[in-house]
Amino acid sequence: MTGEIVKEVQPEPVKHHVVIKGVKDGLIFQFSDHCEWQEILDELVYKFENTHQKLLSGTSIPVTIKMGERVISDEQREELLKTIATNENLVVRAIENNITQLELHINEVMLSNAKIIRGTIRSGQVEHHKTNVLLIGDVNPGGTISSDGDVYVLGSMRGIAHAGVSGNEMAIIAASHLRPTQLRIANMISRPPDEWSVEDVHMEFAFLQEGQMNIEKIQLLKRLRPDR
Amino acid sequence: MGEAIVITSGKGGVGKTTTSANIGTALAIQGKKVVMVDTDIGLRNLDVVMGLENRIIYNLVDVIEGKCRLNQALIKDKRCEELYLLAAAQTKDKDDVTPDRIKLIIDELKLTHDFVIIDCPAGIEQGFRNAISGADRAIVVTTPETAAVRDADRIVGLLEKQNIPSPSLIVNRIRPHLIKNGDMLDIDEICNILGIDLLGIVPDDDNVIKAANSGEPAVLNVKTRSAIAYRNIARRILGDNVPLLSLEEKPTFGKRVKKFLGLG
Ligand SMILES: Nc1ncnc2c1ncn2[C@@H]1O[C@H](COP(=O)(O)OP(=O)(O)O)[C@@H](O)[C@H]1O
Ligand SMILES: [Mg+2]
Repeated sequence: MTGEIVKEVQPEPVKHHVVIKGVKDGLIFQFSDHCEWQEILDELVYKFENTHQKLLSGTSIPVTIKMGERVISDEQREELLKTIATNENLVVRAIENNITQLELHINEVMLSNAKIIRGTIRSGQVEHHKTNVLLIGDVNPGGTISSDGDVYVLGSMRGIAHAGVSGNEMAIIAASHLRPTQLRIANMISRPPDEWSVEDVHMEFAFLQEGQMNIEKIQLLKRLRPDR
Repeated sequence: MGEAIVITSGKGGVGKTTTSANIGTALAIQGKKVVMVDTDIGLRNLDVVMGLENRIIYNLVDVIEGKCRLNQALIKDKRCEELYLLAAAQTKDKDDVTPDRIKLIIDELKLTHDFVIIDCPAGIEQGFRNAISGADRAIVVTTPETAAVRDADRIVGLLEKQNIPSPSLIVNRIRPHLIKNGDMLDIDEICNILGIDLLGIVPDDDNVIKAANSGEPAVLNVKTRSAIAYRNIARRILGDNVPLLSLEEKPTFGKRVKKFLGLG
């Protein structure tokens, strides 16, 4: 009964940028990734205040937010949490995203004018670009990819990668599968460790620290190169 | 209209000529009309492997220079009805041989044969450009060695640039016990790097060397593993779905990775 009454007072037609679903252990907020961010927030507020009061009542309901392929900034995230906090019963448990850390990062890179190339860089082939470069494909042994900026490889990096060719020591090299013949950043040249353990199957990146080539999991990129 | 297939590798001595002779013969055994063209000018040996050396009167360069008609230069095989060889010149000056002229000859041969098998010289220079000029598709031969795979990769890159995309791969001279011990590149690893379709694998087999020396392609001796491998390859070229020869068990992943890195 209450549901019907609510419908009558509804001032504008429902948009479906936000779908709220009840599951066993809480709620799922499914956000569209094809609309403006503000529309999501507006619809959320609208649903909190008008249509979904009943569903949202109860004590500390865990909420999982599914963002689809949308990538949000730290400010947008704050905004979102603040909006949800207006409803005291809701506890945000997770903000999920269909993209991996590397893709997330690459998304940002793409916004800052990276050259995107597709295909395999094979033995004897050299690809150099002045801007950050994103390769969708492999670099084979004997092949070289280089950039005055960063080098990102969505694929196997088995050849030579050179980032920061013109001397930028803050440049990095990241790859889904980092098994290079050689890594170069600025003027530093390094061979990968001989004993690269078998379990290393996650995305990694190379960077210079105190003149030394280091390899870390991609998850640490934000910490080690906060400006990226 | 037939199909022209170039057999190429980059590196020398990995088995291009052996593969050309055996695939050519195997396709002829399957009832196809085949001509093999040796474009390794100055280093011809397809005729020797086929045991046809003493029948050569005219060669590829003679055809290009107009000394004879194309038909006159085709040497009929001793054993197979519909198998022919166009031999390379041993001594002639190769300046007359250009990609355009080779392409004309290959195109003409395609009109009267089901398959034109082109044996390519080693390297990536003029001889390579000549050999691939008339080809519709390419078969890249490699051995399970880092240097050979590296050169094969280079060749795949060059073929892509020449608009002969997606070549297929033959891994030749496989020695299962070395792969098993992690002392030889694994086939999966090779396919991973090259990223092209695997057409077949051929074991390292003394019969191949014996056969070459007696001028009789190994594929004719049905009992050997290499003969079965070449026949399977021919059937795959004809579109049959033939499973790969089974080798002994594969190495552990760990060994493979260490080997690969040790070579870097
Ligand atoms: N599968 C094989 N097993 C044993 N020997 C082989 C095999 N394939 C090729 N060979 C030998 O390797 C040598 C080089 O082969 P060849 O076909 O002449 O190479 P290419 O034409 O690439 O230079 C020859 O002596 C040949 O008999
Ligand atoms: Mg040869």
